[in-house]
Amino acid sequence: MKLDKDSIWTALNKESGGIKVKISKVAKAGTLESNDILVMVMPNDNDTVELELESIVMQQFGDVIRKVVLEKVKEMGIESITIKAQDKGALDYTISARVETAIKRALA
Amino acid sequence: MKNILGRELPDYIEGYGKIEPFMGAFNNTGIKERKSVKVSSVTPGEEKVLASIEEALDKVQIKDGMTISFHHHLRNGDFVLNMVLEAIAKKGIKDITVAASSIFPVHGPMVEHMRNGVVTGVVANYMSGPVAEAISRGELKKPAIMQTHGGRPRAIESGDLHIDVAFVAAPTADTYGNINGVGGKSACGALGYAVSDAEFADKTVAITDNLVPYPACPIEISQIYVDYVVQVESIGDPKGIVSGTTKITKDPVGLKIAKMATEVIKASGLVKDGMSFQTGAGGTSLAVAAELKEVMKKEGVVGSFAAGGVTGYIVDMFEEGLFQNIFDVQCFDLQAVESYKKNLRHQPMSASMYGNPHNKGAVVNHLDIMILGATEIDTDFNVNVTTGSSGVIMGGSGGHSDTAAGAKLAIIVTNLMKARLPIIKDRVTTVTTPGESVDVIVTERGIAVNPRRTDLLEKLSNTNLPVMTIEELKNMAEKITGKPNTIHTSDDIVAVVEYRDGTVIDVVKKIK
Amino acid sequence: MPGNNPGMLQNAGILGADSIILDLEDAVSLTEKDSARVLVREAIKNVDYSNVEVIVRINPLDTEFGAEDINVIARVKPDTILVPKADEAQIKQVDEMLNKIEAEEGIEAGAIKLIALIETAYGLETIYDVIRVSKRVVGVLLGGEDLTSDLGVKRTKEGEEIFYARNRVVAACKAMKIDAIDTPFTDTNDYEGLAKDAAKAKSLGMTGKSAINPRQIDTIHSVYAPTEAEIKHALRVLDAMEEAKREGKGVFSLDGKMVDAPIINRATTTVELAKILGLIR
Repeated sequence: MKLDKDSIWTALNKESGGIKVKISKVAKAGTLESNDILVMVMPNDNDTVELELESIVMQQFGDVIRKVVLEKVKEMGIESITIKAQDKGALDYTISARVETAIKRALA
Repeated sequence: MKNILGRELPDYIEGYGKIEPFMGAFNNTGIKERKSVKVSSVTPGEEKVLASIEEALDKVQIKDGMTISFHHHLRNGDFVLNMVLEAIAKKGIKDITVAASSIFPVHGPMVEHMRNGVVTGVVANYMSGPVAEAISRGELKKPAIMQTHGGRPRAIESGDLHIDVAFVAAPTADTYGNINGVGGKSACGALGYAVSDAEFADKTVAITDNLVPYPACPIEISQIYVDYVVQVESIGDPKGIVSGTTKITKDPVGLKIAKMATEVIKASGLVKDGMSFQTGAGGTSLAVAAELKEVMKKEGVVGSFAAGGVTGYIVDMFEEGLFQNIFDVQCFDLQAVESYKKNLRHQPMSASMYGNPHNKGAVVNHLDIMILGATEIDTDFNVNVTTGSSGVIMGGSGGHSDTAAGAKLAIIVTNLMKARLPIIKDRVTTVTTPGESVDVIVTERGIAVNPRRTDLLEKLSNTNLPVMTIEELKNMAEKITGKPNTIHTSDDIVAVVEYRDGTVIDVVKKIK
Repeated sequence: MPGNNPGMLQNAGILGADSIILDLEDAVSLTEKDSARVLVREAIKNVDYSNVEVIVRINPLDTEFGAEDINVIARVKPDTILVPKADEAQIKQVDEMLNKIEAEEGIEAGAIKLIALIETAYGLETIYDVIRVSKRVVGVLLGGEDLTSDLGVKRTKEGEEIFYARNRVVAACKAMKIDAIDTPFTDTNDYEGLAKDAAKAKSLGMTGKSAINPRQIDTIHSVYAPTEAEIKHALRVLDAMEEAKREGKGVFSLDGKMVDAPIINRATTTVELAKILGLIR
């Protein structure tokens, strides 16, 4: 097995059927520039994944953006988190990347 | 019923009347009539100068239900429309239709008048800001009528749009009503959009902040059309008057689009002595003008005329000898105003001369190359410049449909996607310009040619340009952004979109 | 371009450059290194850069970021990794890390290439060893700004102070038959200066030039573009070669002069370059 952070992460996740990972602090990633998304993550006590989303393309892509964010959260094994996101037209891979970075920062 | 573009239209709209559906860009032509105008003759000894707008309203006998008109040469620096409406509201007048050639954010106070029933109808070629947003929300009693820069004078001259009182903001006016736009602190240059109003309104009132002794010089609108003259402190804010220009884009994507568009123009074979050219004032459109300038210089081409909305960039091309004439319907910046004043061949054109499809031949009929923008384009090449992606009115044809119809080569320059939204859709939210008038779409990732233009397709196949079908362009964009959900609007009609010939090409529905 | 800017990453491939450098090093602030790394990883996986070479500039291995950069980025198979402050030891280390990662990820061995960014005096002097230590090294990029800083001299438009460096880089690259890419011209508003600078570099043997703004691409391309006459001649050489092949002749001449291998090579390169620049179809 590779001994880098990501691989250990994925492996543990798989083997334990998803470790309940809790973030311990507030963190953010991304910017409010065009084509980007500002993602802020906070711990919550509800054992729920809460997402507050604002987007300049809410009507056209709001559902897709939600899906991408929630999928990333699930992939990283997070079950309790509050996310506030302000989207300025970011593509899916950018959204995914920013969510990943924010969560990693909140775990560090 | 459906018009030939497949847009769903009612037969009749309350507050508008019977709908004549759009049947094709040149379907409605032939013998047309110019309406007759009732003129109050003025005899020697009569004075035209009045003390105030209020006195002018009394003299013209302003009444409920009248249609008043304004031009938009003072753009976002205009004070006149707001001043007149305020005076009208104070008099307790209601049910006014405002026919302003364009409405800008500075006209925000009009929203209150709409809510109070003072203004119940609007006719315009372009709208942005609070008024446009309020209309999109359904706050205007009657549906707004959106026309084009050429269709408005058509409507006025034929009598389709009857103007009771035309209020002409005049940077310079003399005591007998001669008007020009080149003198005074609020100078704006050409007054192309005021001409038909002044000539065909029942009453015409000049409102000026630069009253000069008789006679003014030059004379753009003649005393024979003007009933009264009112002097005010200021007709507009000079900073806002020249707010219509943008600079050439610095965005590398826009610059790439401009280069590609120039390659298309070159391949078309239209770059030769005697050519004519017009471009919009957007950043990318101006970049095309800059590129074309280099091409013309390199090949030693001298064009016959450049037309428009004129910016300093066009004036530079003219003064460097690349065009022999400029036809100017409005000046966008001070450099254009200066040139208009001093260069003999920088000539005025009224909005009617510019684009009226029912007169004896408008300038757009002679246009070779036209550069245009778009908010949305569909796979039939129909273009939307009226509503934004959320369905809110944030524009209007302006001269879009007129120039596209007349030009030999109408090119739309646009990013393929704007902040995750693909520009190309299956169906545009609103049709402003019909696909038959649109020849080429140039985006940074590909070029689509209207299938009707087999000649262009052949010429472009000999270049290295990435030509593809419009469906391929659309799919390319959707592959990057994902497929957007369609916006849902309500069923209420808030605006009727008229084509330049007065037929109805589409309607705008109230946003949810 | 800066690796932390999604707007730029999206459009990088269509601005006319032959190769793009997604930067994790100097164009990204210290607090955003993690963010840029993930974003670039995702961009490489998802954005279609078509025929453009995708290069990622990692942080130096002696920083806390370098190793993790390679670990994350190599796994998504960029075309090339640009190694800053390159010296023999670093290149060797990167090469070994890539060997391991390629094996783990099932990537063809040696697929990920390297460009050595020569921007220190030490790197410049040992350049031959820097290139030779790994088969992955396909080019050298001269980093004039940092190099002149290391040399303790002023960086100028005329470029006298990097004259030796340019020559050294060219000689070493030609010896090892790899690309020699010139340092950027930093005044993005001076196109005439850029053209002069690129022409000078070309005359010294540099096979390419880096741009720090898309505005510079056209000027650089036109400096390197073969003239119409050169293209015509090259096409004639290749045609004559084809004809000679058909007639079974091993040796042939054109315009009374014998055409040997160097001439054929030059002609082939010219035609290829002309095609890339869209000068012929």
